[in-house]
Amino acid sequence: MTAAMGLEAAFVPEVVKAMETKPRIPVIWLHGLECTCCSESFIRSSHPIAQDVILNMISLDYDDTLQAAAGEQAEDCRRKIMKEHKGGYILAVEGNAPTKDGGVYCTIGGGTFLDVLKETAEGAKAVIAWGSCASNGCVQAAKPNPTGARPVHEIISGKPIINVPGCPPIAEVMTGVITYILTFDALPELDRLGRPKMFYGQRIHDKCYRRPFFDAGQFVEAWDDEGARKGWCLYKMGCRGPSTYNSCSTFKWNNGVSFPIGSGHPCIGCSEANFWDNGPFYQRLSAIPLPGIEATPDAIGKTLVGLTAAGAAAHAISYAVRRTISKEASEDKKE
Amino acid sequence: MAKRIVVDPITRIEGHLRIEAILDDRNTIQNAMSTGTMWRGLELILEGRDPRDAWAFCERICGVCTTVHALASVRAVENALKIKVPQNADIIRNIMFLTQQIQDHVIHFYHLHALDWVDIVSALKADPGATATLAQKVSPSWPKSSPGYFRDIQATVKKFVESGQLGIFANAYWGHPAYKLPPEANLMAVTHYLEALQWQKEIIKIHTVFGGKNPHPNYIVGGMASPLALQSDNAVNIERLNLVKGLIQDAKAIVEQLYIPDLLAVASFYPEWTKIGGGLGNYMAYGDIPRNGVGDPSQFRMPRGIILDKDLTKVLEVDPGDPSQIQEEIAHSWYKYPDGKTSLHPWEGETQPSYTGPKPPYKNLDENAGYSWLKSPRWKGRSMEVGPLSRMLVGFASGRAEHKEVVTAALAKLNVPAEALFSTLGRTAARGLEAQLCAGWLQEEFDHLIANLKNGVSDTADTTKWDPRTWPADAQGYGFTEAPRGALCHWIKIHDAKIAKYQIVVPSTWNASPKDGKGQHGAYEAALLGTPMADPARPVEILRTIHSFDPCLACASHVIGPDGRKLAEIKVR
Repeated sequence: MTAAMGLEAAFVPEVVKAMETKPRIPVIWLHGLECTCCSESFIRSSHPIAQDVILNMISLDYDDTLQAAAGEQAEDCRRKIMKEHKGGYILAVEGNAPTKDGGVYCTIGGGTFLDVLKETAEGAKAVIAWGSCASNGCVQAAKPNPTGARPVHEIISGKPIINVPGCPPIAEVMTGVITYILTFDALPELDRLGRPKMFYGQRIHDKCYRRPFFDAGQFVEAWDDEGARKGWCLYKMGCRGPSTYNSCSTFKWNNGVSFPIGSGHPCIGCSEANFWDNGPFYQRLSAIPLPGIEATPDAIGKTLVGLTAAGAAAHAISYAVRRTISKEASEDKKE
Repeated sequence: MAKRIVVDPITRIEGHLRIEAILDDRNTIQNAMSTGTMWRGLELILEGRDPRDAWAFCERICGVCTTVHALASVRAVENALKIKVPQNADIIRNIMFLTQQIQDHVIHFYHLHALDWVDIVSALKADPGATATLAQKVSPSWPKSSPGYFRDIQATVKKFVESGQLGIFANAYWGHPAYKLPPEANLMAVTHYLEALQWQKEIIKIHTVFGGKNPHPNYIVGGMASPLALQSDNAVNIERLNLVKGLIQDAKAIVEQLYIPDLLAVASFYPEWTKIGGGLGNYMAYGDIPRNGVGDPSQFRMPRGIILDKDLTKVLEVDPGDPSQIQEEIAHSWYKYPDGKTSLHPWEGETQPSYTGPKPPYKNLDENAGYSWLKSPRWKGRSMEVGPLSRMLVGFASGRAEHKEVVTAALAKLNVPAEALFSTLGRTAARGLEAQLCAGWLQEEFDHLIANLKNGVSDTADTTKWDPRTWPADAQGYGFTEAPRGALCHWIKIHDAKIAKYQIVVPSTWNASPKDGKGQHGAYEAALLGTPMADPARPVEILRTIHSFDPCLACASHVIGPDGRKLAEIKVR
């Protein structure tokens, strides 16, 4: 983990000490409208492993996917932490809340998830919004958003909220956010979209090992063609790497085995807001005449502006493509 | 006076599930109601989109059985557009399918189901030496079974318990009279809970090789996106294949030397559970793992078929494309159909939400009204159970040698008759036995891939119909698979290259469905009837049977009393 966080080896003893001597911080992990892919990703973490996080670092006092107790006994666990650790627990939210029709589209113990979320957030020290559902809406919020699903930051205010987008987020990003908080007793620095800069500061495209093929104008034109077999750039197949902020092309997935582009499929931009409605996935860039060697970023940016439906998103992308300093680009996204 | 108990949320599942049950004076379940309480509207979201994108949306139905909805979706589009994928694509999909099946079954047993049978607190009392003896007896080849190893794990658990922060193990049912394992067996199982947790993150690297990530690896209509190119350093080559090969070997070891021995050891302490939780007795499987394309069910490794009324002498045919066979009813669901219709085949299906339940927060739902976000799928009007037990029974009744061999061996080991399969424990055991078959099939599929590569066959995608301009104006199709939890099918209608209609019937809709118009229970409800409970305030027995299905839904379950009966209410605690 220390390597992933960019820390020097000298800090390791400090990390270990922090983990071992403090009482474990209580965590309530709620599930709303979601698919549980975030929990599944979390338990895939290789450093630290999930067992260490759950047994040695945090006290996961409520998580209906993993906890042994059910029904009232489970809900008692949640209420107990809320009462006894008011202001001291972390609320982790997987999924989001349907707000339409009084919240009837997701209930727990007979109450709406919307109410459970608000009630549990009230005494939380900080809120972690896991995945794209909690941080930007994800699939159930795609048009026409039949349940009125809204991300956590649109429902909860007055609390620090860390958005950890991705469908799901990378496992080591999830455990990295938790261990950062525990180790340094501070929240990670966030960008304007509430994302930790340490994991969402740069675009996938800028760090992609296939970037040289983009610059050289060598592209996959069809599945399983010569370019695909040689691992050329997937830009023409609709790759969202140029407009997606995430660590996939650096950390990679499942302990560094691969990432979508590395296995021949374009990035679908799953950590970006509204990525479901910025499709179709394979078409957006496929009809664009592409520049040759050392593409001029402005030209690509303008083309994107012309083709992307959402004005704000297009603006962000044109900035993103034009700028090489990702930090600035990231902060410009909301302007 | 009858007692009514509510368990909401049912934990250790995917999604939200609520169960209400009515007990008689002897604490036996007399009636039950299963309610889905979460709805996301994915079918509506899919309308109007590019059919080639549908797999990605559908995959997000579930991140636990990730891949299965993507697979069903690409197959539905391929079926509609008459695309036949290259054999290598089928093999890679089979490899990913089998990887998912094994990983999911192991996680279910150790992390979602085991705590219904295993008492963690009791493990603290175990003698590590005796635990080592037990472990070496049940699985002689498994290397991690020394007294020192178990002593270390016990110390870890002890330290955790003594911290006073019990986390996910807090407030559970430890010491409940329904727990029967001796301390040593409990310590062995807790140790393997942790080992399996470490292993599950390894096996899924197979998905990462071919699909780029897990959860939610990538698929494409027409084949698979990861090229097989032995002479390329930027595709699936010998280094990638070696990684996959090693993971397959590890999976086989975990299933044969950890999962199956633990399963049989735990089961041997709960013989009464071979007589509880049988339920419907109707079993359905679409089958999967094609060896000659999805159009030839006779060559599926997991065979297709239907068994009615526990009659293993007959296997009936099922066709997801026949509108007269599968219909979805909404008599007790929070939906409405047009023109007063009560049941529709998925190609004509409608997803129009219409909540008629009580305003939250509520205490109980009404069994005589709508009580679930799940519809009630029925096969020729009958409730069906789907899942590993259904698949193993269909294989067994179809005379498949592999199925017969593992089932017969397990029955002999536990010294129980074939009827024992129709039970809660039968369901749990069938899942393990299926994992055992899957581990063998995974190796065979991998060997097939290598054989193709040896013969110079390396194509992974058919792109002739990738361009929507090659499509007819109208097309319809269906795509089936066997998710870890059972028969899954997607039905699609395409108009002018857009999705005109998309309907999904998932395994847990079959199993967790509410009553239909004729009052027939779904599989969960039926399986709970007649279950004796030792201590209704601590509903371990309900968890055992419900978990034996491996629920995967945003679902609430509600058990209701006989009509007009005055019920006492107790809080489950």
